[in-house]
Amino acid sequence: MIRFSDVRKTYPDGTVAVDGLTLEAPTGQITVLVGPSGCGKTTSLRMINKMIEPTSGSITVDGRDISGMNADELRRGMGYVIQSGGLFPHRTVLDNIATVPLLLGVPKTQARASAMELLERMGLSTSLAKRYPNQLSGGQQQRVGVARALAADPPIMLMDEPFSAVDPQVREQLQDEFLRLQGELGKTIVFVTHDIDEAVKLGDQVAVLRVGGTLAQLASPERLLADPADDFVADFLGRDRGYRGLAFAPGGSVPIGTEPTVVLGTSSDAARSVASGAAWLLIVDEAGAPVGWVEPARLGARVERSDLHRGGTVARASGSLRAALDAALSAPSRRGVLTDDAGRLIGTVSAHDVLAAIEGAGGSADGTPASSNGDGAP
Amino acid sequence: MTWFLDHLAQVGGLLVTHAYLAVVPLVVGLALAVPLGWLATRFPRLYTPLITASGLLYTIPSLALFVLMPLVLGLGILNPLNVIVALTLYTVALLVRTVADGLSSVPEQVRQAATAMGIGPVRRFVTVELPLAVPVIAAGLRVAAVSNVSIVSVAALIGIAQLGSLFTDGFARDFLDPIVVGIVACIVLALILDLAIVALARAVTPWLRGGRAG
Repeated sequence: MIRFSDVRKTYPDGTVAVDGLTLEAPTGQITVLVGPSGCGKTTSLRMINKMIEPTSGSITVDGRDISGMNADELRRGMGYVIQSGGLFPHRTVLDNIATVPLLLGVPKTQARASAMELLERMGLSTSLAKRYPNQLSGGQQQRVGVARALAADPPIMLMDEPFSAVDPQVREQLQDEFLRLQGELGKTIVFVTHDIDEAVKLGDQVAVLRVGGTLAQLASPERLLADPADDFVADFLGRDRGYRGLAFAPGGSVPIGTEPTVVLGTSSDAARSVASGAAWLLIVDEAGAPVGWVEPARLGARVERSDLHRGGTVARASGSLRAALDAALSAPSRRGVLTDDAGRLIGTVSAHDVLAAIEGAGGSADGTPASSNGDGAP
Repeated sequence: MTWFLDHLAQVGGLLVTHAYLAVVPLVVGLALAVPLGWLATRFPRLYTPLITASGLLYTIPSLALFVLMPLVLGLGILNPLNVIVALTLYTVALLVRTVADGLSSVPEQVRQAATAMGIGPVRRFVTVELPLAVPVIAAGLRVAAVSNVSIVSVAALIGIAQLGSLFTDGFARDFLDPIVVGIVACIVLALILDLAIVALARAVTPWLRGGRAG
């Protein structure tokens, strides 16, 4: 556990970067520091590994005050990832990853062997091992950066906007991989971002900081969306908070209706008889995975790929109410397509049923404010 | 041409001395410029005084410095060490700025990542910052090498034998051949040194070769 106790950082010119920060980052969880630029989030992160010394207050790691600890030794026990990976341009991918183990005295062959394993674990081809960072794509560099931080298996990871330099699609992929990896590794992570969506997606708890370096709210993401502590937090969270909050509500309680389907390539007469007058008919492939909707009345001789309407999103039955509602709202038939984890069709849900499930869950879950002062700093 | 062939051994000997007098200061000067350049980047307050002082050093005319050196060092006027020390000063003057600029060219993110991984300042300098500064330092070194080859020849005026002696000889005898041979030999030497530095820099910066990914 990392604990900030009344930490303050002022610079000689009088700028207050962090002001009276008290915060705990629990062991094995992701704590996200989020806020606009100038809120002291990066300064706070860098105080954990003594890149910046606090002006007053104390920071402890597992109960030990870090002010008395050797900076280099402390840092070797904390993985550090920054934007674009901060890779050493003059070292190969493999040697970049092996940096900290080598510093810690691990024999070279052993360090390289485990670096190779990490490379695979990060979903990177081992053929990249001998390349230099400038020969990698942005996403690959970022993965190598994470691998390098993990190489010495440190219990703590500090991550400073690690995914913000890549395009949105790759970012989402990296975020998903990061969550999967954290599910396996259970590191204590402090993660800095300016992107509230990223904070809400990744954080077990989210600390919203305001300019001047004060803590505006510390809460779980669902709590944050449901009950912002003040106008600043509410503004920072932005629009659609209710809808985004549904991402944390499990979708299991929605009744799933069976949906008549035909396989791609079926004759249009057969398709029309299955549809029995409905305006839209769901098409699946041979494996039973939904591929799209068609209008039976407008078919040619057979159901072709070109007939498919692809507007509808597909939700997993094990996913969230948000995904289920979006599937229902985006489908031309207004029936949301649900699949199992392997992508095979289970059935469909209506927006009405999803809303009923939301209302049913509202009383018990975090969806409604239980009390007016249930949040904020401890 | 016949003069050159007749004096092959003599010209060869002068070329070797010339190369020696140009290269030794280059190596020593680089060794001195690296710590000075590091100081200039590590302590920003030192940057301006150090760069200004080294710049002024380079403006001292070489002939004056050659004449001054025996007095300062207390050596005999024909001692080649005078030339070596003087040229070392010029090399340092040229390279302090280059080294400082090379070290500043290291991306801040890389420096910070190194620090955050627990690489202490000395190790960071040797294993991260200096290697990354090589391309810039090599560019400065090429200028210094050519400049040394040219300045060494001036030492003929104070009686230190090297390719420059061919100029004084040719001038004294109003005879063009040794002058032309001397010029060509200087150019060849400068080219060889230049190519050697380029090859060396290329050998120690393998990461700058090969294609980039999109």
